[in-house]
Amino acid sequence: MLVLSRKSNETIKVGDDIELRILEVKGDTVRIGIEAPKSVDILRGELVQSISETNTEAITMDATLFSQLTKKK
Amino acid sequence: MQIETKFHGEMEVSKSDLWQFPKGMPGFEEEKEFVLLSIEGNAVFRVLQSVQTPNVAFIVGNPYTFTEDYSFKIDEPTVELLKIEKPEDIFVLGIISLKDPFEASTINLQAPVIFHAENKTAKQMIVNDESFSLRHPIGESQSSAKEEA
Repeated sequence: MLVLSRKSNETIKVGDDIELRILEVKGDTVRIGIEAPKSVDILRGELVQSISETNTEAITMDATLFSQLTKKK
Repeated sequence: MQIETKFHGEMEVSKSDLWQFPKGMPGFEEEKEFVLLSIEGNAVFRVLQSVQTPNVAFIVGNPYTFTEDYSFKIDEPTVELLKIEKPEDIFVLGIISLKDPFEASTINLQAPVIFHAENKTAKQMIVNDESFSLRHPIGESQSSAKEEA
């Protein structure tokens, strides 16, 4: 992992078309502005993590549980 | 082509039945092709079955069956990836976590799966608004869902 120190209002370029700007540092919170092409997904890491967990949970149902569905009309 | 499924045994699917998921799904990034299978005797739910991995099969349902008030904006990356031009291009399904008892089952409203009916491309889109529930209960609306079926 590349580690950089930045001050408020300084930027980091990722590739040609992504720029991260440190907007504000306050206590243990950093506000970051992100400029990226429209095609790039920008998401909070914890949120992606919980969706992954929910997906994993969703496929764990077994055949017994599934068979209940075929009886529900 | 012949595929192996989690709940339907081996079955024959045609290439035109395949849905491309260019980015896979969160937690299942390697799964790029799925089929939508119907469930005998049940019109409310379907199975989103991975073509590659038999064990990767999600129960999905129309989210509007389980919640009256559900609207979100399709974000730009999704519009670009699926090449959506107009609202009629797409339909939306939610991933269900089945529970025992059934009434405890939930649907994920935070990350709906968007399908482009024409070009057969799909994506599980994460809605960047944390007021949506990852586990919206479906039990209480089950009676009305049955009627709609």
